[in-house]
Amino acid sequence: MRLIKELWTSLIESLVGLGAVVRFLLRLIVVAPRALLRVDLIAQQVFNSGALSLVIIMLSGLFVGMVLGLQGFQLLQRFGSEEALGTAATIGLVKELGPVVTALLFAGRAGTALASELGLMRATDQLSAMEMMAVDPIQRVVVPRFLGGVIAMPLLAAIFSVIGIYGAQLIGVQIMGVDSGSFWSQMRAAVSLSDINEGIVKSCIFGVACSLIAVYEGYYAMPTAEGVGRATTRTVVTSAVVILFFDYLITAAFL
Amino acid sequence: MFGVFGTRVPTATPLNQSASIIEIRNVDYAVSGRPVFASLDMDIPRGRITAIMGPSGTGKTTLLRLITGQVAADEGSIVVAGQEMREVRRSDLYVLRRRMGMLFQNGALLTDLSVFENVAFPLREHTDLPERLIRQLVLTKLQAVGLRGAAELMPSELSGGMSRRVALARAIVMDPEILIYDEPFVGLDPISLGVILRLIRRLNDALGITSIVVSHDVQEISTVADVLFLLSGGKVVARGTPQELQCYPSEIVRQFMGGLADGPVPFHFPAPEYFGELLSRAEDP
Repeated sequence: MRLIKELWTSLIESLVGLGAVVRFLLRLIVVAPRALLRVDLIAQQVFNSGALSLVIIMLSGLFVGMVLGLQGFQLLQRFGSEEALGTAATIGLVKELGPVVTALLFAGRAGTALASELGLMRATDQLSAMEMMAVDPIQRVVVPRFLGGVIAMPLLAAIFSVIGIYGAQLIGVQIMGVDSGSFWSQMRAAVSLSDINEGIVKSCIFGVACSLIAVYEGYYAMPTAEGVGRATTRTVVTSAVVILFFDYLITAAFL
Repeated sequence: MFGVFGTRVPTATPLNQSASIIEIRNVDYAVSGRPVFASLDMDIPRGRITAIMGPSGTGKTTLLRLITGQVAADEGSIVVAGQEMREVRRSDLYVLRRRMGMLFQNGALLTDLSVFENVAFPLREHTDLPERLIRQLVLTKLQAVGLRGAAELMPSELSGGMSRRVALARAIVMDPEILIYDEPFVGLDPISLGVILRLIRRLNDALGITSIVVSHDVQEISTVADVLFLLSGGKVVARGTPQELQCYPSEIVRQFMGGLADGPVPFHFPAPEYFGELLSRAEDP
């Protein structure tokens, strides 16, 4: 009986939390048109979330692609179809690994930076000071960071996939000796626009989810060192779970 | 108003020209069920420096939050510059806040902006002034607080006193009618403290504004304040000039003004009997 009661309480708390996040998202959407007029602020945040994440995204993309090249070659060789390596690596990267791994890395680098920055702004009264200067911190600080993340994430996922394909080609063609023409031509023949669309849809949704979680956790962080730390941790953990959950839903929807 | 501190930005509506710029009537406010104020009454006079003092935890900062509309009173009325805070809409609250400046305890400078950009921030957000005029206004305000030479520094390069002076320049850049200081003397060395004290007086007189200073530094604030309010137990227990409060016939006022360790505000946090607890075994509750 007690267990049921605890489960019920936890379910209610989760729903209340979800409701608060949705309400926060609606608030961001309402303010977004006015915030969009400040293109300079959004561009700055695209740079912070996107350009500053480029190195980690490109390196990870290269290594993931190289691993795909190795594993894919070993597997396909058993069936004598190594030429399909380009197709296998590209579909794996564009539809799945590109958006998912990029989103996980994005949550770990840009998401935590956003959450801790906003949390520290809260803890050091910078957000209250803005309120007192009659400046809405949601419009001036939160929405540009949210939109910056939403714009940067699909771009990063695309770069991840491109570098990943290059990594797979590097291993498969340059080292393992797969025919270069077969690698590229089979890839071009087999990968359809719907595969790419699936990747784009995933990365856009992951971008919204990661950025929303980061700015929500940061904005409502307890104004203490512990509070900021918790907000940062929750950003990574919640983002990871949400990304994988949405990944399943979107994959199922595209089948 | 034109003066040494710059140009006053025209206000949206004329102020209610009564003697009090802020009127607080029968205000009740509780946090998590714990009452902070009960039937609080207070009038802040226009154009004067009003100090709000009281022991730690009496709700001085909370009172500022009520006055500035950051939180709403549970009961009662707070009228700021003729506007009832309970009825004010968010957009009207922002208009009202443009007529207020607030100096936070730690300065609350925006850490990603330079000193110059911090002071220019309200101007950039609320006006379409040309860059040349913004520069002149910012430099004027920085000159007023003695930090024109620090315009290009970042907040992380400033000392505590300098941060507060920059925050003060930012607070006056829109030429507010009410300037609020939240514990402006905490952690300052004697030189910085003297500078801030002189600035409070000078700005109040030069700009003709109303200053509200929350502090528990009795000696310092007594040198500049025109009116002192002493809060305790959620109420105003004394009101008067610094001289009047020095000889106020109340034990709690004497304890506070004299800095006495024990009195109506006890030195010890409530605890079990001392020797009994010392002699009891560790595992005894």
